[in-house]
Amino acid sequence: MNELAYNAAFFIFAAITVASAIGVVTKNDLVHSALLLALCFIGVSGLYVLLQADFLAAVQILIYNGAIAIVFVLGTMLTRRSARHGTNDTEKNIPSRLVAVVSGLFVVVTLGVIATTPWHYFGEGVVEDTPSLIAQFILTDYMVAMEAAAVLLLAAMIGAIVLAKGVEE
Amino acid sequence: MIGMAHFLTVAAIIFAIGLYGVLTKRTIIGILMSIELMLNAVNINLITFSHFITPEALTGQVFAIFTITVAAAEVAVGLAMVFRVYHDRNTVHAARLDEMHW
Repeated sequence: MNELAYNAAFFIFAAITVASAIGVVTKNDLVHSALLLALCFIGVSGLYVLLQADFLAAVQILIYNGAIAIVFVLGTMLTRRSARHGTNDTEKNIPSRLVAVVSGLFVVVTLGVIATTPWHYFGEGVVEDTPSLIAQFILTDYMVAMEAAAVLLLAAMIGAIVLAKGVEE
Repeated sequence: MIGMAHFLTVAAIIFAIGLYGVLTKRTIIGILMSIELMLNAVNINLITFSHFITPEALTGQVFAIFTITVAAAEVAVGLAMVFRVYHDRNTVHAARLDEMHW
């Protein structure tokens, strides 16, 4: 019963994620694409929950849905010209059929690699308190990387403000 | 039984969809969205490997946090560049932005 529920949850979240990802690249209106992107992020966070990454599921919803998807919607609305034709068309000069075939081939090759690689499973380890474990990792072993990420975020913030607003000369 | 291969398959499909979008979309914002899809596929892979191969270590989850950080910074700078380009050139179509300097 428990396993059945797990399987059903996996297939529901996977279907939501893949279907909305397909919608993101096929819809002709950028606002629709942005909202479907938010739905796709919710599906991905469901997959994180199934993988026992509860903290990352929360981070996914907070950052991807709360920040990135909203910024995409804002960007779409600020750079909109007219509703004459679709705002998120596919490029006419590019053979999209060929690109679709190449992407499909990528999936096939990856599935072959997944099926043939001998993975070394380490059993079912149950990790209970992921936030405190992750905090311990980040503040001890990955301290330098965390500081570098902080500097990167600061630089990106300043860069974004300067780029969007312009510098007074 | 849902195993590692199922999650990796979902991630591969999402990555391929993002690849298709990056190569075919006309506007810069559409291309940025497709890049976000690809980054999410990478995160799913990282957390899947963390869960099934090193369940005690959580290294993959820590790595995914750094990926999310970089993705957030990338979106902020990318959209700021889109605004700038729109302000200067009045278009966000990637095919029309073929000059490095104007």
